Amino acid sequence: MPSALVFFTELADAPSKAQRELLTLAASIGEPTVAVASEVSQATAEQLASYGVAKLLVAPANHASFLEHSLSVLEAAVKQSTADVVLVANDNFNREVAARIAVRVEGSIITDAINVSADLVVTKDELAGSYSAQAQATGGVLFVTLKPNSIEDAPQSAAAEVSINELATETSAAEKVRIVGTEEKVVSDRPKLTEARVVVAGGRGVNGDFGAVEQLADALGGAVGASRAATDAGWISHDAQIGQTGVTVSPQVFISAGISGAIQQKAGMQTSKCIIAINKDVDAPVFEIADFGIVGDLAKVLPQAAEEIRRRQA
Amino acid sequence: MTEENTAPLKIVVLVKHVPDVQFDRHIDSGSLRLDRSESVLSELDEYAVEAAVALVESQGGFAAGHEVIAASMGGKSASNSIKKALQMGASSGVHLNDEALIGSDTVVTSKALAALVEHVGNVDLVVTGMSSTDAETSVVPAQLAERLNFAQLTHALSVDFDGASRELSIRRDHAESTLTLAAALPAVLSVTDQANDPRYPNFKAIMAAKKKSITELSVADLGLAAEAVGAAGSRVAVLSAEARPAREAGTVINDSGQAGIALVDFLAEQKLI
Ligand SMILES: Cc1cc2nc3c(=O)[nH]c(=O)nc-3n(C[C@H](O)[C@H](O)[C@H](O)COP(=O)(O)OP(=O)(O)OC[C@H]3O[C@@H](n4cnc5c(N)ncnc54)[C@H](O)[C@@H]3O)c2cc1C
Ligand SMILES: Nc1ncnc2c1ncn2[C@@H]1O[C@H](COP(=O)(O)O)[C@@H](O)[C@H]1O
Repeated sequence: MPSALVFFTELADAPSKAQRELLTLAASIGEPTVAVASEVSQATAEQLASYGVAKLLVAPANHASFLEHSLSVLEAAVKQSTADVVLVANDNFNREVAARIAVRVEGSIITDAINVSADLVVTKDELAGSYSAQAQATGGVLFVTLKPNSIEDAPQSAAAEVSINELATETSAAEKVRIVGTEEKVVSDRPKLTEARVVVAGGRGVNGDFGAVEQLADALGGAVGASRAATDAGWISHDAQIGQTGVTVSPQVFISAGISGAIQQKAGMQTSKCIIAINKDVDAPVFEIADFGIVGDLAKVLPQAAEEIRRRQA
Repeated sequence: MTEENTAPLKIVVLVKHVPDVQFDRHIDSGSLRLDRSESVLSELDEYAVEAAVALVESQGGFAAGHEVIAASMGGKSASNSIKKALQMGASSGVHLNDEALIGSDTVVTSKALAALVEHVGNVDLVVTGMSSTDAETSVVPAQLAERLNFAQLTHALSVDFDGASRELSIRRDHAESTLTLAAALPAVLSVTDQANDPRYPNFKAIMAAKKKSITELSVADLGLAAEAVGAAGSRVAVLSAEARPAREAGTVINDSGQAGIALVDFLAEQKLI
């Protein structure tokens, strides 16, 4: 039976949805080990047990290090764990850490995975989700980065004991990159864009005001996204950008408002389960991929929908 | 005291020749290879070329002896992407073209590109796009930094170069913050589409590009064995690739005053609320 290693840079008291998906996937492959590049509380370690994690490898955080610390923790964990497959998150930082260690240990890496079978066949998206491919490693350790919203989070019932081991890392290489400034972002109470079940996104058509988009997102308990036209205009933070050069989302419901549906924009949302579009132009390309389309003014449609949801919930 | 280094900068910018994203793209179900017939310079690599050329312009220009070498690994027609980079201002080109490279995964691609950078020699900076628009892995730049033992400054939202200290700094999104990261050369820099606005070559630039040279290289020229690259050297095998059924247009209604309610009805019917 193959064994899986899951790597996290950090593990908060409540593991994120994407992290729980990684744990669920690892458990389905076999005897998961978890490695974390920072301290983990006892309570969190116990939660890992419910995913069948028997072994936790931890190394104290090093906040001064941008990259080398994570690299040396993952390298040490891979060497200690004898895992066949290493699962990490699909974000840029984790991809890069995994990709560099794949080079170091002469393994391989597959990005944008949506599943890994028990015999280590990886299903992944290709060409912005327009293709689905299957691939596998032909030797060496396989690193896989998993897209969020791919796996049903399912903790197992029988919680076993987790052994916590301090990871002995070789002294990390000299830090070539210095962190010279940190601007903290405003953290919203809404679900994380990549993990949300519902995403409401606004484009140039919101004309500077995301109020109606936010109201509908809140009525649905969803996240707020945007097109590049809207983020470039400075109406909303760049983090909200969905698309080829922004984040990729595949929620249950994607509501597109005042977005034309350019190819680079669709690249970030076309694997959503259900797409609803509101656009005042009947010829907008977004209608070609929408399960339900409304030709109309988003400033009227969105508030009315938000109001109706609140009324039904009351 | 170290003496100030005023040597001209030698920059390699990596450009990939990829199927145009504006058209339907296909993976052949038999060979499992991407149809590369309608290919162009990856639009995200235009930002890399712009960053490299703009950096030289900020340091006294090409007259000061700086070099920007546009390099691509790809089939015969990849020379078109190198030519486009030359029109945008790169000073010369290198084309790594070898049948043996077909089917390379990222680990092997980065091996070949790192060998190319070492073959060019004395390179101060490698500039890349944030992602190729065909493979979409965003990992080759980090792997190059690993192999070349260069500083990794990737996913740059903006780029600053201090000529006196020869330090490069970038802004990059990371978790819940935006970091400013700095490193001395040599470095691998990957730039996002936030970093600049790629220039359109004018007539003069197009004419000037015709005089620039492109060096052709094979795998053997880089000292690599044919079995170490391509499908043979790669440790990922693609087993199958299938087009997802195209999304079909569903119902489209005109708002006659009640569309917000129709939207909620639709969500309810689909059991989405
Ligand atoms: C290299 C590159 C990368 C890119 N990456 C991305 C990316 O990651 N994400 C991305 O989004 N874009 C990206 N783009 C840009 C993309 O090509 C489009 O320009 C962009 O998506 C357009 O945004 P938009 O649809 O909001 O604006 P527009 O195309 O201007 O569309 C606005 C739409 O709003 C409608 N509208 C206006 N007013 C109203 C109203 N009151 N009610 C209802 N509808 C209204 C209009 O009919 C129109 O269809 C990229 C481009 C390039 C070249
Ligand atoms: N075959 C190639 N030839 C030249 N540059 C490449 C090649 N593959 C990747 N790159 C560079 O690496 C970047 C990231 O590619 P990727 O890791 O495939 O997403 C691209 O934007 C290019 O700058």
